[in-house]
Amino acid sequence: MNGIHDALIITKRQLLQLTRVPEVLIFTTIQPVMFVLLFRYVFGGLGVGIKGGYVQLLMPGIFVQTVAFTLAATAQGLAQDMEKGLIDRFRSLPIARSAVVFGRTLGDGLPNVVVLLVMGLTGFIVGWRPTSGALHIFLGFLMLLFFGYSLSWAGIFAGLISKDARVVANVSFLFIFPLTFLSNAFASTTSMPKALQYFAEWNPVSTMVAAARQLFGFHNTFGVTAHSLPSEHPIQTSLVYMVLIMAIFIPLSVRRYKSANSR
Amino acid sequence: MKSVVAENLVKTYRNGAVRALDDLSLDVEEGTVLSVLGPNGAGKTTLVRVLSTLLEPDSGHATVGGIDVIKNPKGVRQIIGLSGQYAAVDETLTGWDNLVMFGQLYHLSGEQAKQRATELLAQFSLTDAARRPIKTFSGGMRRRLDLAASLIIRPKVLFLDEPTTGLDPRGRMEMWGVIEGLVREGVTLLLTTQYLEEADQLADDIVVVDRGKVIARGTSDHLKDQVGGERIEIVVAEANIDVAKEIIERVTQGHATVDSGLRKISVPVLDGTQSLVAVIRSFDEAGIHALDLALKRPSLDDVFLSLTGHIAEEEVPAEPGKKKKGARS
Ligand SMILES: Nc1ncnc2c1ncn2[C@@H]1O[C@H](COP(=O)(O)OP(=O)(O)OP(=O)(O)O)[C@@H](O)[C@H]1O
Ligand SMILES: [Mg+2]
Repeated sequence: MNGIHDALIITKRQLLQLTRVPEVLIFTTIQPVMFVLLFRYVFGGLGVGIKGGYVQLLMPGIFVQTVAFTLAATAQGLAQDMEKGLIDRFRSLPIARSAVVFGRTLGDGLPNVVVLLVMGLTGFIVGWRPTSGALHIFLGFLMLLFFGYSLSWAGIFAGLISKDARVVANVSFLFIFPLTFLSNAFASTTSMPKALQYFAEWNPVSTMVAAARQLFGFHNTFGVTAHSLPSEHPIQTSLVYMVLIMAIFIPLSVRRYKSANSR
Repeated sequence: MKSVVAENLVKTYRNGAVRALDDLSLDVEEGTVLSVLGPNGAGKTTLVRVLSTLLEPDSGHATVGGIDVIKNPKGVRQIIGLSGQYAAVDETLTGWDNLVMFGQLYHLSGEQAKQRATELLAQFSLTDAARRPIKTFSGGMRRRLDLAASLIIRPKVLFLDEPTTGLDPRGRMEMWGVIEGLVREGVTLLLTTQYLEEADQLADDIVVVDRGKVIARGTSDHLKDQVGGERIEIVVAEANIDVAKEIIERVTQGHATVDSGLRKISVPVLDGTQSLVAVIRSFDEAGIHALDLALKRPSLDDVFLSLTGHIAEEEVPAEPGKKKKGARS
C-alpha cells in the first residue's frame, strides 16, 4: 500500500541521517552504557540479599529509562522538522496524512535495537545474567522496543504542538525523569511516602520494569507494596498501557498533523 | 483557461484582529506568470499556503488546475510544486539524498527518482555539490535545491514564495535565470515578491497586495504609469531653489514639488534621460549649479504611496516579544 511505502521512505530518511551523522547514534548509545556502569558501581550496595546482586534488577530499570528517552528524541526531531518547514513540504506532497508520523516513530524506534543490544552486552560484562531462556529474553527486549515505540507517539504529539525543538526536548525530560525516578526502576518504592508508593506502583515505567524483570527471569522485589493489579500482572498491565497510549496519541497526532502549520 | 483562481479568500488570525487575507481574489492564466507584490505582512505567504493546500481559509474558494483546494487537496498536491519562503530541505542529508527521497515520496521508483535527481542537479548547477550535506550549502544553493525539489514531478502549477529574498545580487540573477527557464518550458507560475524590479523582470502580470487586499492589478508598465513613470530629482543651493524650480518646470512641462528641508526638487518625466540632459543644459545657461541629481525609477514604495496613500508599513501590531513564528493558527 502507498501509505506504508511513504512511511518507510520517511523511516529510511532517518536511518540515512544516522549514517550521515554517526555521532548521534554513538552518543545515544554511550549515554545509557555510562548509566549502567555508574549505577552498577555506585548503588551496587542496594542489592544486599538479592539473588545475583543489584545488577539483575538494575538492568531492566535502565533499559526502560533508555527507551523512554525516545519520547524526547521524537518530540525534538519532529519539532525541528516543523521549524525548518520540512513538515510543510511533506504536507504539500501527495502522500498519506499518516505517513510522516508513522515513518518517524518507526525511524526513532529502530535505533533502539542497537542501543539495547550494546547495553545488554555491557550489562552482561558487569554481571547481568538473565535466567529465563532465549525466548523470554527475546520477548523482554521486544516489549522494551514496543514500550519505546508507544511513547514515541506521545513525543509526536508534543513535537507537533510545541514547534520549538529545544523547548520541547527539555519539557519532555521534565516528564520522563520524574516518571523514571518515581518508580521501581532503581530503588525499592517501599521507602517512599505512602502516596508516592501508589503512584510508583501504577506508573507505566514501574509496570514495564517489573514486566522486563519477570521476562528476564527475576522476581521483582522492588516495591511490591500491595497485591495490586500492576504488581501481580506487570506484563498485561504494561501491554494495556502501551495500547492505551497509542490509542490516545495516534489519532490525536494524525489529526494534528493534518493542519500542522509551521507558523 | 485559468490555472489558478482565488475567490474572496479570507483568513484571519488572533480572533479576527489580523486579516491576513481580506476578501482577496485573483487568477492566473495558464502558462503565464503572475507576481504577487506586497510588503512584509501583506498576506503573500498566507495566500500561497492556502493555494498549496497547507492552510484552510476561513471563507472563500480557490481552484488550482481546476481542482478545488479545499474539497480535493490531494488532487491539487499531485499537480503543484511549492517552494516556500525558506528552503525546506533536510539539512543533515546531502542534496542528492533529498532529491531522491522527495522523488520516492512522489512515487517514482528508486531508479526513476535517481535519474530525476541527476537531471535536476545538473539543471540547477548543483552537480558538484550534490554529495555534500545541505548544511554546507550557501543560501543561493539551498534555494536552488529547494526549487529543484518542487519540480520533481514537473508540476503544472508552481508556487514560489519570495524566491530571491535573502540572496545576494549574483544569487538573485542566477535564480531569475532559472525561473525564466522554467517559464519558457510552459509552467504556470505564481510568485510573490517584495521587489517591483523582480516582478518586472519575471511576470506577465502583477497583483499588488496590501493588508490582505488586492489594491492594483496590471502589467508592470501599467503600474508604473499609474505611479507616474520616472522622476528627476535635483538638489540645489537654498538661494537657487525658486529659479531652479521655474527652469525645471519650463523644460519638462511637469509639475515640480519641492522638499525645502532637503532642498530637493522633484518632477515626473516621460523621457527620462533626455529631460535630464535638457535640464542640466538650462541650468548651465542660467549659471545654477546642481549639488546632486538623479533619475529615479518608481520603486515599490512609490507604487504604494501612489496606490494607497501610505508608505509600505511594517506589519500591524504584533504582541511585544512574540515573533509571528511562535503564534498559533
Ligand atoms: N500563524 C499566524 N498567527 C498569527 N498571525 C499570523 C500568522 N501567520 C501570519 N500572520 C499574520 O498575517 C499577516 C500576513 O502574513 P503573511 O506571512 O502572509 O505576510 P507576507 O506578505 O508573506 O509577509 P513577508 O513579506 O514578511 O513574508 C501578518 O500580519 C502576519 O503577522
Ligand atoms: Mg511571506
